[in-house]
Amino acid sequence: MKAHLSRRYLFSASHRLHSEAMSAEENKRTYGKCNNPYGHGHNYTIELTVSGQVDEQTGMVCNLVDLDTFIEREVLARFDHENLNTLQEFSKEVPTTENLCIQIYEIVQRGFPHAHLDRVRLEETMMNSFEYAG
Amino acid sequence: MVYLTRKAEFSASHVYHNPEFTPEENRRIFGKCNNPNGHGHNYTLEVTVKGEVDPRSGFVVDLKQLKEVMHREVLDAMDHRFLNKEVPEFLHRIPTTENIAIAIWQRLVTKLESAKLHRVRVYETPDLFVDFYGEP
Repeated sequence: MKAHLSRRYLFSASHRLHSEAMSAEENKRTYGKCNNPYGHGHNYTIELTVSGQVDEQTGMVCNLVDLDTFIEREVLARFDHENLNTLQEFSKEVPTTENLCIQIYEIVQRGFPHAHLDRVRLEETMMNSFEYAG
Repeated sequence: MVYLTRKAEFSASHVYHNPEFTPEENRRIFGKCNNPNGHGHNYTLEVTVKGEVDPRSGFVVDLKQLKEVMHREVLDAMDHRFLNKEVPEFLHRIPTTENIAIAIWQRLVTKLESAKLHRVRVYETPDLFVDFYGEP
């Protein structure tokens, strides 16, 4: 039988929303406070959903230790306590939470073969969240 | 179509152990969850039903009936129990969150009178939950 498993992970990072393609005024108008020159930070929550047949032998969609180890190594180690603007992943795009959500989806989609990735939901604050399902 | 969700909480203990695995395999696959005397969680259950709104009552489902069925079929059986030893589904199946969600679905699906069961969600902790929609 097919079940959907969701797991939540926390990390903290800073960013500044600023596009090289826009003038200073346009950046200010588009991004508001998020364009302040020295950046600011958030506590992000990732809610990752994977699905698959529940294995008869283990009772699991996928091994949680495998999933946690993968996320720790490939996602949290990369983004936690970093300034997103300085990372190679955001050398060409603005580190909005939309783009970060897509990046995380693609890392998991590419690197974690043990279950089907349904979606990544990323909470920037308790009020804002973004979802990407490919 | 309207969806209605009712929550409940129960506390139970369990252990993850497959007698077909060696002790080393059990330890490697299940980690701390394989500790021999078990451990417990406060589970949160969310049951979502769906249906058309009855024009006379304005209800999708009689909440009293839903609450009563959830109590009888799930909480009376699982709350403050050691799942592996006291719940028939888990005498020979590992009580993972996946299997708990499936077992709760199977207990509820034939017992609901007016609305149709849409989803069973079981939170093992606030950071880990499983959804089951009755998919084969």
